[in-house]
Amino acid sequence: MPKIKLPTQSPHIDMTPMVDLFSVVLIFLMLTTTMRQPEPANVDTPFSISEKPTPDFNMMTFLLSTDGKVFMNFDNGPDTALKFRPKILAEMGKRYEIEFTETELRFFEKYKSSIGVPILQMKEFLSTDDNNIRNSLNVGIPMDSVDNQLAMWILFARQVNPNIQACIKGDSKTGFDVVEKVLDILQDRNVNRFNLITSLEAAKINLEEIQQ
Amino acid sequence: MAEIIVEEKGKGGKRRAKKHPPHIDMTPMVDLMCLLIVFFMLTTAFSKAKVMEIILPEKIKDPTKQEAPRISASRTLNVILGPNNKVYWYPGSVKEEDFNNLPPVRETDFSATGVRQLLLERNRALFKKINDFNQEVITGKRVLSQDSLRESISKLKSDDDTGPIVLIKAHKLANYGNFVDILDEMNICGIARYTFVKIAWYEEKMVETAAGTSSAATASTN
Repeated sequence: MPKIKLPTQSPHIDMTPMVDLFSVVLIFLMLTTTMRQPEPANVDTPFSISEKPTPDFNMMTFLLSTDGKVFMNFDNGPDTALKFRPKILAEMGKRYEIEFTETELRFFEKYKSSIGVPILQMKEFLSTDDNNIRNSLNVGIPMDSVDNQLAMWILFARQVNPNIQACIKGDSKTGFDVVEKVLDILQDRNVNRFNLITSLEAAKINLEEIQQ
Repeated sequence: MAEIIVEEKGKGGKRRAKKHPPHIDMTPMVDLMCLLIVFFMLTTAFSKAKVMEIILPEKIKDPTKQEAPRISASRTLNVILGPNNKVYWYPGSVKEEDFNNLPPVRETDFSATGVRQLLLERNRALFKKINDFNQEVITGKRVLSQDSLRESISKLKSDDDTGPIVLIKAHKLANYGNFVDILDEMNICGIARYTFVKIAWYEEKMVETAAGTSSAATASTN
């Protein structure tokens, strides 16, 4: 019987092209990435044909969850030295007679995702290190007529940053009563221009369709 | 690849080049890169979210001083967002006094043959004008920059006086997705004049009768 000779050398795969390709993809992703912020509530934004990109700053975003909670977010302004976020919080503190310490303000400045903490629990929220406690405090901003903290946030946000624009980010299943309430509060403060955050979806109409 | 020739100075002066270039095992590196790529792909928000702008009419705070703007009833189209992703509409206007004999509302939906067709039928003249204009720009008959294109279209819209004036209203059981959808339809159909107004109680009643959810709706709110 003739013996089959196995190749003595183990087959080496040259991984260089693969590494090259991976590097290119990796560098591309690293440069284009903008980290997704974890939000207190998951929302699936509805689709629209609008192609206007979201502004990078001067935004106050209202996050409306499916269960009717309202969360709010601001940005620090075009220049980080402006520090809009801690200023807004300090104003809020003054209104509700809560003194926030320097570290708490700094933590609020760095905290990027939306907040829905009643102002009385804010101190606890900012000082804790435990994420579970933090999540349990994130119950949505109260906005009933007795204690309308949402209106106060809007008021101070606009005082601190006069160029701020209102953006509404809601789930497509959010009940309209919540949306209407938020719009109402905003309109009470003379904010009549809104940006609704949507995802892009193409829609096409044929002329023939309408000429029938 | 560069080959390192190690000169051996030894006995007999035997010079020998190494047969194989030193192989670097790249597997761990590839592994790590794979991990990083997967991580970045998962965390990246590729397409930035878009925004749709809407400007609502100012609230009338003092009805004695300000008066609601008057619009012609013949051009008015009332679109009411109802429960279960349905759209109800009726032309013209309804006065509060007629609550005993309310006109029927018609039911439609968000499909292309639903509310879009309804709007396009009424807005055909303007839609055609905008479409022709866009075609001219695309085919190069007219040379315009992007900014002036938008401006000219909004000029076309504001000059229009045949298209419908759409009043969008929302029943309390509608959802936010419906609201965005209907505003989107306005943009798709090139409606020049539309706004969002609060629903009146008799309109809510009209929708509820049409949907047959009168009892169900009151039960769920109580």
